[in-house]
Parts: sequence; C-alpha cells; structure tokens
Amino acid sequence: MTLHRRPRSLVMAAVLGLAAATLAQADSGRRLPRSVPAAYTQECASCHTAYRPGMLPARSWQRVMSGLDKHYGTDASLDTATLEQLDGWLQAHAGTYKRVREEPPQDRITRSAWFARKHRNIDSRVWKLASVRSAANCSACHTGADRGDFDDHTLKLPAGLDAGLRRPWND
Amino acid sequence: MYPKPLTLPSLRRRRRTPLAWIAAGASLALLSVAAQAADTSAGQQLQRWNAQAAAPGQAERGRVFFTSRHGGEWSCASCHGNPPVASGKHASTGKAIDPLAPAVNPKAFTDTARIDKWFRRNCNDVLQRECSAGEKADVLAYLIGLKP
Repeated sequence: MTLHRRPRSLVMAAVLGLAAATLAQADSGRRLPRSVPAAYTQECASCHTAYRPGMLPARSWQRVMSGLDKHYGTDASLDTATLEQLDGWLQAHAGTYKRVREEPPQDRITRSAWFARKHRNIDSRVWKLASVRSAANCSACHTGADRGDFDDHTLKLPAGLDAGLRRPWND
Repeated sequence: MYPKPLTLPSLRRRRRTPLAWIAAGASLALLSVAAQAADTSAGQQLQRWNAQAAAPGQAERGRVFFTSRHGGEWSCASCHGNPPVASGKHASTGKAIDPLAPAVNPKAFTDTARIDKWFRRNCNDVLQRECSAGEKADVLAYLIGLKP
C-alpha cells in the first residue's frame, strides 16, 4: 500500500508544481518580472514606459530589438552586449497567454486588439491632450505603469481633462 | 539565541540558487553602473571636443544649433526644452527628461559612455547623421553657460 501511495503523492506534487509554475509564468505577463535588468530601465524606460515584456509576443520583441536604429521614428541603437541581454530577457518573458499571442500591426502594443478594447470608451480628444499626447504615454493615466501595475484603482485623470470626458474614469 | 555565524564550509556547501545568482548579477550590475557614473564632467567634455575640433566651442553657435531643426522634424530643443534648464519631454512619448543644463542638473554630462550614446542617437534623430566634434563643442559651451 505504502509503496503505491508514495509514487502517487509524488505525481500529485509534480502536477501541483507544474500548475504552480504555469500560473507563475502566466502571471509574468500581467506584472513586470521580478528581476528587471538595470539596462532595461536605463535604455528603454528613459524614453518610454517600462513596458511589461508580457504585452507583446516573442516574435514581435524579436523584430523590435533587431530594428532599434529605426525605432518608431528614433534611433534607439544599443551596443551588442546590452542588445543581446535585453533581447534574451524580453523573449524569455514575452507574452504567451491568449490575447497576447497575436502580433499587433507594426509590433505596437497600442495597436493590439486587447489595447483597443480596453480603451474603447476613451474619447479621441483625450489622446490629444498636452498631458497625454501619445497612447504610449501610459503614465498620463496609469500611475503604476512603470511598475507594470495597470489596475483600475491606480488610475488618475490626465491633466486638463474636461468634466464631460471623465465618464470612463468614473465607471 | 543568536544565529550561528556562517562558517566557510557551510557557505561552500550551500548550493547557489538561481535567485542568488540573480542577486549576485544585480549587485555586479549596480557596481558597474556606479563605476560608470561620474567619470567625467561637462567641463572635461568641452575640453575633449575642443581638442578634437582644434577650436574652442562657441556658446552662441551652440544655441543656434540646439534650437534649429536642420531640415528635419525635430531640434534638440523639441525634447530638451528651450532653454534646457527645466525637465524636458520626449517629443513622441511625452516621457519626462532630466534637465540638460549642468547648472540645474549636476548629473548631466558625467558619464562618458552615456554622453557618447545619446549624442549618437539624438544627432541621428535631428540631423540624420552624427554630430561633428565642433558641433558638440559648441553645444557644450552653450549648455555650460546656461544659468538656472
């Protein structure tokens, strides 16, 4: 009996372990990974939000990182060592869960179907505010964006927002 | 009552967990960042470009260079502000940029690798080419002359 039981508990432990590992991996898409390379903050987040790697699939990151000299209108080129380090890290933590599996047009996070759906009630005038300017300026509204925190309760109203355009924030 | 002091054998026997390696890597990275920072100053950079251009940078020429679009969409001032004595704002993403004038931001122009990287990237964005030593000398002379 004990001989039979033991392997079974081992199998159970393995299954539980796997489930936990899968959950942990899925979770990495929704928060910044625990270890963020200093170079990511220094090189990428000096110009834009420290996007969570889980917001794009690996193929998209691959293309973004192989074209940094022409990076959405600017030269964001890196030395080879830093490039390889960040490329590896981004791909290791790239999005694998369902909605991030699609590669958005131009590999822009802001062109993803899920991004459009989440922001469908935001009036076009809001995007044009001086305090917003770009859909890539996450922290104009998402105060925790640089920590990978996009929870609704950390939202703020962007500066200069008319009362009539505030509805999506009050929902 | 007190935790047993770590002896050498116990340290040696302990297997390094991935986390330990990450921590070790992170502290190394931090050290190298600290080592990189503050290896130069705005004044030394001006000397450097003056020497390469074999002529002293001129502040007024630097101001004109800094605020001109050079036939493209952006000038240096598009992101850094005019004059760059306060926080700038990235022209396409809106992200805040630390002030460029050394009189306002003591950290500006204190890391050679950083200076070279940003001159390379930003000159390419504004002028579609690298900047010459003379142009960098002019810009440094202009920035060093700015008062808060």
